[in-house]
Amino acid sequence: MIELENVGYSYGGGELLSDVSVRLMPGSFHFLTGPSGAGKTTLMKLCYGALLPTHGTVKVFDADMRRLDRDQTALMRRRIGVVHQDCKFLDHLPVADNIALPLTVSGRDKRAESENLAELMKWVGLSGRADALPPELSGGERQRAALARAVIMSPDVVLADEPTGNVDWEMSQRLLHLLVELNKMGKTVLIASHDLALIRAAKSQVQARVLRISNRRLQLAGSDL
Amino acid sequence: MSNGRIRSLLLGDAQADRVVPPSGFTAHLTLFASAAMAFLAVFALALSLAAGRLADRWSDELARSATLRISAPADQKAAQTSAALAVLEQTPGIASARALSDEEQAALLAPWFGADLPLDSLPVPQLIEVIEDDEGYDAEGLRLRLAAEVPGAVLDDHTRWRRPLVEAANSLRRLGVFSILLIGGATAAMITLAANAALAANAQVILVLRLVGARDSYIAQAFVRRFTLRALIGAAAGVAFGMAGVLLLPETSDAGGFLTGLGFQGAGWFAPLLIPILGALVAFAATWFAARRRLEEIS
Repeated sequence: MIELENVGYSYGGGELLSDVSVRLMPGSFHFLTGPSGAGKTTLMKLCYGALLPTHGTVKVFDADMRRLDRDQTALMRRRIGVVHQDCKFLDHLPVADNIALPLTVSGRDKRAESENLAELMKWVGLSGRADALPPELSGGERQRAALARAVIMSPDVVLADEPTGNVDWEMSQRLLHLLVELNKMGKTVLIASHDLALIRAAKSQVQARVLRISNRRLQLAGSDL
Repeated sequence: MSNGRIRSLLLGDAQADRVVPPSGFTAHLTLFASAAMAFLAVFALALSLAAGRLADRWSDELARSATLRISAPADQKAAQTSAALAVLEQTPGIASARALSDEEQAALLAPWFGADLPLDSLPVPQLIEVIEDDEGYDAEGLRLRLAAEVPGAVLDDHTRWRRPLVEAANSLRRLGVFSILLIGGATAAMITLAANAALAANAQVILVLRLVGARDSYIAQAFVRRFTLRALIGAAAGVAFGMAGVLLLPETSDAGGFLTGLGFQGAGWFAPLLIPILGALVAFAATWFAARRRLEEIS
């Protein structure tokens, strides 16, 4: 589904990732961990085509990212839901419209999907906040709105970069639970996090593989996690 | 661009239009620039059309008419006039020739000497109006023959004084057209700057749209539609003001000459209506290229 083979990425003369190889199989659940600045976000961006590798190959849905033009990359992104730590929204649109944005840009009629949208907002606990503007949301609400936006197109893969970075423990558990539920629906999930407690909590709910970035390289984490 | 994309671009998409924040200084800049440029374009167009009409009229008259002036003592004037008319009748290329009546000659002199001119008491030459046919006549040959047979006759084929005027009118017409092109270019430059500013100010919007799988054409269209519509509205307002200004110009009169003819006539009144459409097309192209270039830069 997503395959990185001997991937390296350099920026500003420095090498951030070196010789990274990993394969995310359909329905798998992965954590990506490592210290701040280790390259977790860079690796996530390589997975959805926001960055291209300096060397090596990134294949998403069997397509080499280097060979995709911008339109093809856009179409590919509709099959990948992305949640960032600093979730960005269109601040002038209500939360419901932001969550429905992937439907809008793909030309699907938002009204026809209104039932799904309402159900999704209920699932993430934002039913009463449909008309609020993003700046009016709390950190946890923003993360849940971002998660709802990421999954509204029913993507095959969900990439979450530090999704619990700005929320308290209770909210991070709630978000984790939502991601685990998605995985149980058959979605491939990759979560970048440096929160070891969260990873331990997840491992009790789902069979997750933990990858660690250390010294620019990716390795399978040991049994300490 | 495919037909489908052009259709969606023209018809718009209410949901898609909302993804770009509704206003900002670029909206006012585009409206004002389009209105001001359209206002100027109306006057440039009026100048160009008026100069064109003048050049056409003068060219037509230059090509088809001449005047024969007979300056002779009073007792010989009638004989020389008859002789000249006879010569003109025999000259190939001349369709008609007729001597102006005393009343017609008095009317020609009235603007300078007043209406009560005693023509009989003045040594006013006899004028003969010569109209040539499509073939035209040999002016030099006619002059030589007149010099031999009608010594008091002087042929004025108007070339000497009409040609510079026609050239000046044609230059004015070209100047008007050039001004319209300059106005179009300046409009494109200003809208490009405004579009670039809007794209830079909405970098986060573009980032979010890309993240959720928006194609570049979708993002560009959201900006293009907005700027095209603003340019259309601004230019329509500018044209309305411009046409009101032209309407307020003095009416055409012979005494006013070219200056009072600076306006539109007949179907020419519809010509300014093209300006908002052209303005919108210029805005469409300028924003489209600016957006595509900007999106390529930030990919």
